[in-house]
Amino acid sequence: MLLDIIFNAFNGLIAGSFYALMAIGLSLILGLNGVINFAHGGFMALAAYLAFTLVPYVGFWGALVIAPLLTGGVGYIVEQLVVKRLYLRDPLYSLLATFGLALIIQDMLRTIWGAQGLPLAIPDFLNQPLSSTYFFVTGYRLFVMVLAVVSTAGLFAALRFTRLGVRIRAGNKDLETISAVGVNILLLRSANFMLGIVFAGLAGVLAAGQLGLTPTMGDQLIMPSFVAIVVGGVGSLLGSLLGGLIIGVASGITTAFYPAGSEVVIYLIMGVMLIARPRGLLGQEGLFE
Amino acid sequence: MALKTLQGGGYGRRGLLKTGAALGAAGLAGPVWGADTVPVKIGQIDSTTGNFAVLGQSQIKGAALAAHELNAAGGILGRPVQVLVEDDAGSPATGIDKAGRLLHQENVDFFIGTVSSAVSLSLSQFAEAHGKVFVCSGGHVDKLTGAGCNWATFRVCSTTWILTDGDSKTLYDKFGKKWYFLTTDYAFGHSEQADYTKQVTGYGGTILGGALVPVGTSDFSSYLIQAKAAGPDVLCLLLAGDDQINAMKQITQFGLNKSMAVAGALFELEQIAALPEAARYGVWTFEWYWNQPGVPHVAEFVKRYNTMYPGLYPSQRSWFGYVSVHALALAAKAANSVDSVKVAKAMEGLVLPPEIALQPGKPMFRAEDHQLLLGMFPGEVNQTGTYPHLMTIYDYVPGASIALSPSETGCTITYPS
Amino acid sequence: MNEVMRVATAAPKPRLNDNRRERLGLLLLGLLLITVPLWVPLVGGYADLASRVLIYALAAMGLNLLLGFTGGLSFGHAAYFGLGAYGTGLMLANYTGNTLLALLAGTALGGLAALVLGPIAVRRRGIYFSMITIAIGQMFYFIAVRWNGVTGGEDGLSGFSRQPIFGWPLTSTHFYYLVLGFFALGALVLWTVLNSPLGHTFVAIRENQKRLVFLGIRVERYVALSFAISGLICALAGSLNALLDNFASPDDLKYTLSGNFLIIVVLGGMRNFWGPLVGATIFVLVQNYVSAVTQNWMTVLGLVFVISVLFFPLGVMGFFKRRQRH
Repeated sequence: MLLDIIFNAFNGLIAGSFYALMAIGLSLILGLNGVINFAHGGFMALAAYLAFTLVPYVGFWGALVIAPLLTGGVGYIVEQLVVKRLYLRDPLYSLLATFGLALIIQDMLRTIWGAQGLPLAIPDFLNQPLSSTYFFVTGYRLFVMVLAVVSTAGLFAALRFTRLGVRIRAGNKDLETISAVGVNILLLRSANFMLGIVFAGLAGVLAAGQLGLTPTMGDQLIMPSFVAIVVGGVGSLLGSLLGGLIIGVASGITTAFYPAGSEVVIYLIMGVMLIARPRGLLGQEGLFE
Repeated sequence: MALKTLQGGGYGRRGLLKTGAALGAAGLAGPVWGADTVPVKIGQIDSTTGNFAVLGQSQIKGAALAAHELNAAGGILGRPVQVLVEDDAGSPATGIDKAGRLLHQENVDFFIGTVSSAVSLSLSQFAEAHGKVFVCSGGHVDKLTGAGCNWATFRVCSTTWILTDGDSKTLYDKFGKKWYFLTTDYAFGHSEQADYTKQVTGYGGTILGGALVPVGTSDFSSYLIQAKAAGPDVLCLLLAGDDQINAMKQITQFGLNKSMAVAGALFELEQIAALPEAARYGVWTFEWYWNQPGVPHVAEFVKRYNTMYPGLYPSQRSWFGYVSVHALALAAKAANSVDSVKVAKAMEGLVLPPEIALQPGKPMFRAEDHQLLLGMFPGEVNQTGTYPHLMTIYDYVPGASIALSPSETGCTITYPS
Repeated sequence: MNEVMRVATAAPKPRLNDNRRERLGLLLLGLLLITVPLWVPLVGGYADLASRVLIYALAAMGLNLLLGFTGGLSFGHAAYFGLGAYGTGLMLANYTGNTLLALLAGTALGGLAALVLGPIAVRRRGIYFSMITIAIGQMFYFIAVRWNGVTGGEDGLSGFSRQPIFGWPLTSTHFYYLVLGFFALGALVLWTVLNSPLGHTFVAIRENQKRLVFLGIRVERYVALSFAISGLICALAGSLNALLDNFASPDDLKYTLSGNFLIIVVLGGMRNFWGPLVGATIFVLVQNYVSAVTQNWMTVLGLVFVISVLFFPLGVMGFFKRRQRH
């Protein structure tokens, strides 16, 4: 029984890595841009499809790097055309706008690539289990976890040590002041949005390697990602990472006892967190009261 | 108007011109209709978006081909056939909405279609309430021709009993007695599992256990851990659409298919095409297959499908759509009317002629529950095959020999007075 | 209460002409709605479509009480709509043949849920409030999907249909009048609430929440009340919807439906009482016709969302009101 729980907890960590990657991107965008990005799943799917198209030319590794960046570019265009105009308004509008964008992206993916499920080829050496008892620890899943941690660490380093990073952090705290100090906040917002989308793109390519591609693939991950942010704490990236891993593990363990409840448990955790400690585990007080 | 027919299949204007040219060249350009001929309208409710889109689109293509053939041969009772397609997006509420539109605004005479069980149930109720025949092309839920049957609803695709009985003996003989289930937690999954359980224990096998998996699960690792621990001969996968694909990928990734046989019932050509080569394995029950050497008419049908949809081969879904339209045409001809009650009565006991049945047996719409007794094609997936050679069929099992008797289905049909 | 009245009644005194114009508009609207079955086929519509419009309009008006008039962004109101639908469906399928009783049961179920969950949700504001409403909505959705034995799970709840009321059969046309009757009832309730001191408090909360707190008003209680009433109206709409379809499914609880209600409110005009009716008409018509014309109806719908948010944030009614003032 204990072994069962450990197995499932470990699984949950892997699923949680996906949630964490998505949540980090969402958190960035929510923090600085103040936008609840319902199209995040759509961008994730877009990156997966771009990777699918690129793999024959640049291989898996090339696609893993290029697709998220390309998607970030699309994110930039979207930000300029739609999101930018909604910064000063009630969050309702950006929520509805991104909701509509999600519909458009899904439809376009289906129109261009077809409704057919598509496989994404991953390198053979990753595609094997590491041992027969721990057969569910495949090279690929371990890779996903490692990449999630590495990219988050990379993001932290960037936020700490690069100029852009410092500005983003400062902007999260007080946008007006840094604008007064001479930072171009329009550029900052665009850069931040792009960064968030690149993370979504990364999650998308990785997910495609494990699950394959369908136009609706983004739908499944968007809600748990929101929950991850709320649980971990709005405004804290480490919190988003933790939040994602926590709900992944919780969901995994619940699956061992009561599979039907594996989704509900995520929302229960979120509900409890919102009532007891609305700022989340590591969030800042009063950020969105 | 024909554009609307093809449009549903994502075909478009350019395709129409190509087809017109191709068919014209083949001497199949149809008769000219009188200026005031009212067409026979068939409303097709199928998924073009959502999780079942790829299956719905095959059904739409099959139906469109049937309509095209009918029109080339003079239509139904001298009137052209129009298939009007609406997207149900996999949602029963949307399905009913569209059905209402097709009924009140387009005055359709009949309904066909659906892939989702929920939509087929809601549409079946709607059709009965409004007195129009509904030929369910692809919704498998047992209730449709069981406890929830009605006079207006007919079904082309199988019930879960026919589906599971199609390969249960084959699997039992070939692989072993100890079974473990991985089942999607919804009515269709439950039905399949209950049916297999009954059949396998009847042969003398044992069910070691099973896991119920929520719809939309993408990560099967926890369930596969349990499955491996149970140590079955057969891991029976009864999963919905994309879930099945994910599970199969993960089974290969974990190397589980080396220690146990993986098999099940429903599996679609479109799904196999979505799997990477390493994940193509298993024994399944197909409800129709395009490659039937020695069976008359099949090769010509495949060729006509290729001509209309270059690069594509018909799947069982295409055949479902095809049969749905032709069955209506045959019944209307027999009844000499497009009145739904008369057509329904004419469809009871209707035997599909060989050029529509496209299989060795003689599928018939049973009068007691309006279920088509179609034949099953158990077979295994070709791991190294390229589209369309994705399956090797073992056998043909006529539906009449494996279907439940009418009294066991729980269906009673009453006609409106 | 006096303080609140002073704070909230910052609007200019209505002129006599305005009142008369309003009455005339209302009369015209009433006439239009009552005669729908007569003229709707002439414009290519049908009674069931009109019923759908009224049902969505009612749900959106309920949502608008919370969103437009109290300022609470709820992204989970489909939960109460869906509870109404399932409540009605379950009653008719298992316990009674009385349509009105089933309607009552469904409405009560959804209303009760809103009453109980409202106080929990309103303890937080802003984005947290929205997130709680999302969580609640998703929970009910997954319960409906998993509780196979009761709700039919993924396959939905079928096997029931609207029964004649006191021998009066509910054909499409008759049912439309039933819906119209309840729509009028719901609208009356909302109108009364909004024009009462309670309603003025709601508006005051939307305008300046902090001020009210300083005045000693327990803001959460009022928002919770607004939440409960709006949930009740949504549940009524959901119950009617189950009777229209003779079917209930988890999609009646999904966040996509919540999103649709939101866009209906925005499209019609958030701060206008009749805005949701306009929004619902546009939305249902677009949904109805678009898929007949193109396969890419999802893109069209998405564009409706994006364009109305970018260029018509005040909605149709807001657009007209603005022109009126100039």
